[in-house]
Formats: sequence, C-alpha cells, structure tokens
Amino acid sequence: MRIVKVLSIILITFVLIAGIAIPLSPAPQGLFEFPIIPGLEDKARNIFYHVPIAWTTVLAFLVSMWYGYRYLRTRSIDDDLKSVSSAGLGFMLCILATVTGSLWAKFNWGSFWNWDPRETSIFVLLLIYGAYFALRSALASDEARARLSAVYAIIAGLTVPFFIFVLPRMVAGLHPGAKGDVDGSGPVLEFKMAPNMRVVFFSSLIGFTLFYIWLLTLRIRAARLEHHVADQHS
Amino acid sequence: MSTIARTWALVVKDARSELRTRYAMNALVMFVITSVATILFAMREDQASPELLAGMYWVVVFFSSMSGLSRIFVSEEEKGTALALQLIASPTVVYVGKLLFNCGLTLLLTLAVTVLYLIVFPGFVVASFDIFAVTWLLGSLGLASAATIIAAIIARANTRGTLYPVLSFPVLIPLLMTVMRSTIRALAGEPFENAFGEFQVLFSYLLVMTGGSYLLFEHVWKD
Repeated sequence: MRIVKVLSIILITFVLIAGIAIPLSPAPQGLFEFPIIPGLEDKARNIFYHVPIAWTTVLAFLVSMWYGYRYLRTRSIDDDLKSVSSAGLGFMLCILATVTGSLWAKFNWGSFWNWDPRETSIFVLLLIYGAYFALRSALASDEARARLSAVYAIIAGLTVPFFIFVLPRMVAGLHPGAKGDVDGSGPVLEFKMAPNMRVVFFSSLIGFTLFYIWLLTLRIRAARLEHHVADQHS
Repeated sequence: MSTIARTWALVVKDARSELRTRYAMNALVMFVITSVATILFAMREDQASPELLAGMYWVVVFFSSMSGLSRIFVSEEEKGTALALQLIASPTVVYVGKLLFNCGLTLLLTLAVTVLYLIVFPGFVVASFDIFAVTWLLGSLGLASAATIIAAIIARANTRGTLYPVLSFPVLIPLLMTVMRSTIRALAGEPFENAFGEFQVLFSYLLVMTGGSYLLFEHVWKD
C-alpha cells in the first residue's frame, strides 16, 4: 500500500505542476510547450483534472456495485463495508467532477449547466449516491441495510448503460462524442492529444486511480475498526 | 397448484384486498386530480405548448405512481402478513404476482391521466394514436417494473413515504426522458416509424429492469 500512496502523491503533484505551469504556444516545440487548441486555450488544462476525476467516480461506483454483489453471495459484512467505503469516496469524487465540469461549462459553453447528456448522467449518478445513503440511513439492522443497499446499487447500476450508450446518441450534446460531433459519435473517442499532454493526462488518470485506491483502503480499515468497536459495545 | 395458478391467486388476492379498501386507488385518483389542478392554477389562461404538456403528463404520472405503487409491499409489512407470504409462496411467485398487479394499476393510472388531460387541456391532442398507444403501454409497464422492485426495497425502511420517490427517480430517468420524447412525437403527429428508436429504448429498459429485479428479488424478499 505504501507504494500506492507514494506513487499517487508523486503523480498528482506532477500533474498539478505540469498541468498548470507548462505554457501554451501556437507552434509547440519540445516537451515543455502545449499546443493552443482553438476555442479551448488555457481552459484545456481542466482536462487533466476533470476527466480523471469523472473516470474515478465511475470506477468507485462500479467497485461499490461489485462488492454489493459479492455481499449478496457471501453475506459477509466485510464486503458491505468495502461497498459503502467505495460509495462514500465515489460521492465525494462525483461532487468534484460535477463542480470542475460545471466551471468548465461556464467558461466554454456559456452557462454552468446545459443538460448535455454527460451532464445529465453525472447528475443522475449524484442522485443515485444520495438515494443510496438515504436508504442506508433509513434501515435499522446491519444485515437489512447491507442487503437492501446492495440490491439498490445493482438496480441503479442497470440504468448506467442507457446513459453511456443510448442517451448520447439520441440527444444532441456538447461533450466530444455526442450526437452531431464532427469527429463521430460514440462512447469510444479517437484520441487526439499532443504527446506531452498525453503524458500529463495519463499520469493524472493513473494518479487519481491510485489516490482512490489509497483512500479506499484507509476507509475500509476505518470502517472495520468502527464496526468492531460497535460490536464490542453491543 | 401450478406456479401460474399460484401467481394468479396472489394477483386475485391483492386485487380483492384493494377493491375492499380502495387505498391505493383512492390515493392515485386524488393525487392525479390534485396535481392536474395545480398545473391548471399555475398556467391560468395560458395555453401550454404540446411539448410542455407531454412533459407535464409524465410528471403527473411519475408523482402519482409514487403515491400509490409502494402500497403493494408496504401493506404486507404493515398488516404483518409478509412472513406468511414468505412461507407459502416462492419469491418468484410473489415477485411476478406483485409485478402484474402493479402493471394493471399503472395502466389504469396512465389511462385516467390521459382521459383527464384530453378533457382539460385543449392543446393535448393525440395526433399519432399508434405512437401514443405503444408509448402508453411500454412506458406504463417499464414504470411499474422499476416501481415494484423499489417498493420491495423500501418496504422494510422506516421513512418509506419520502424515500420511495427519492430512490425511484434516478432509476426512472432513462424511461421518463424517452417517454417524454415519444409523447411529443405522438402529439406532433409524426409517422409511426419515427418513434422506433424510443420504442427500442423503452423495450430494452423494460427487459433489463424486469430481468434484474427477477434475479435480485430473492435477496430483497427473504431475510
């Protein structure tokens, strides 16, 4: 775990510095200049933060769903602790992704919120996380809470393909890959990024994923201790 | 008794108990009337566009169904009959029976909202009857399917009244967005083929929701 912690700190620090400090240039030369993308300019730097955070949000949800499914099979409370720990982190990351995306939308597309298909999806994910925790707080017994929230996470997860694959093709959007995009629509985009930007971008992707794993293990350990203490007192 | 006969017996039992108390039906009818009246107050003399009316139609359907569809499991829990049902019927029978009952209730509900809308809103004219009929059928069944499994989940919680719409809404968003789009097409009088995309989404939503609920129901139902 130590290596995960150190690597995530190094990578995110590198991304924070490189993503902000490397200057833009109309004709980039060498490693230390980013190309100017017309229409995006300095705002393009947000891609190093917003996209990896959004990716980690989805990862956290999938992990939470997976451990929910595991709980239903094994009925061991440890799987529920893992599931809820991941959901808590996912909720935090989801808020961060919404805020970074909303700010970017304000300065690029003119308003904080446009109901573009991807914005709708992240909003729904926020609602799902909110509903998940509301459900958990309304159930008294540990066993029922673990069981029913796992089922809810899976039922909510069933709608995710509609948001990723169906909705962006039906409704015109602003994100790349939406219906009407000149570069073609679909969930998989052709990657067109300068090589040095790519290095920063993928460092960020790996950095945030490791950061998530580090926090997840911390939260699981804390949740286990809390559960243990609660057991001792009851 | 065969599985089909058991399931049917459960549907008949729920229908009979509903007809005796009329709890869900009264709640649904009153909710529909109240919400349509509120919309009428809000609009005053303005004539809303068909696009707006198509959206408002499903807003009324969503909130009305949230007032009545949870009854099916909550009543078992309140009357203390859930345990007896667990003993005498398999989870599959219970799930399919409850789902069929809720499907019937939702179809009646959407039918009632449609009739009311046709009467009170002059702008609500169904120009493509075929699109509207398929949307009504697939939309109601999809709604009932998602509402049934969420009802089973919240029946055990202690704040179920408020929790029900909160839990259902995110799950229902793909359905609501799609039925709103195809209702707009129906009101605009578009040809039947134009709504095929929406029908595919609605049909796959119905299959995915019902299949997923069917597989997971055992875990919700059995302690």
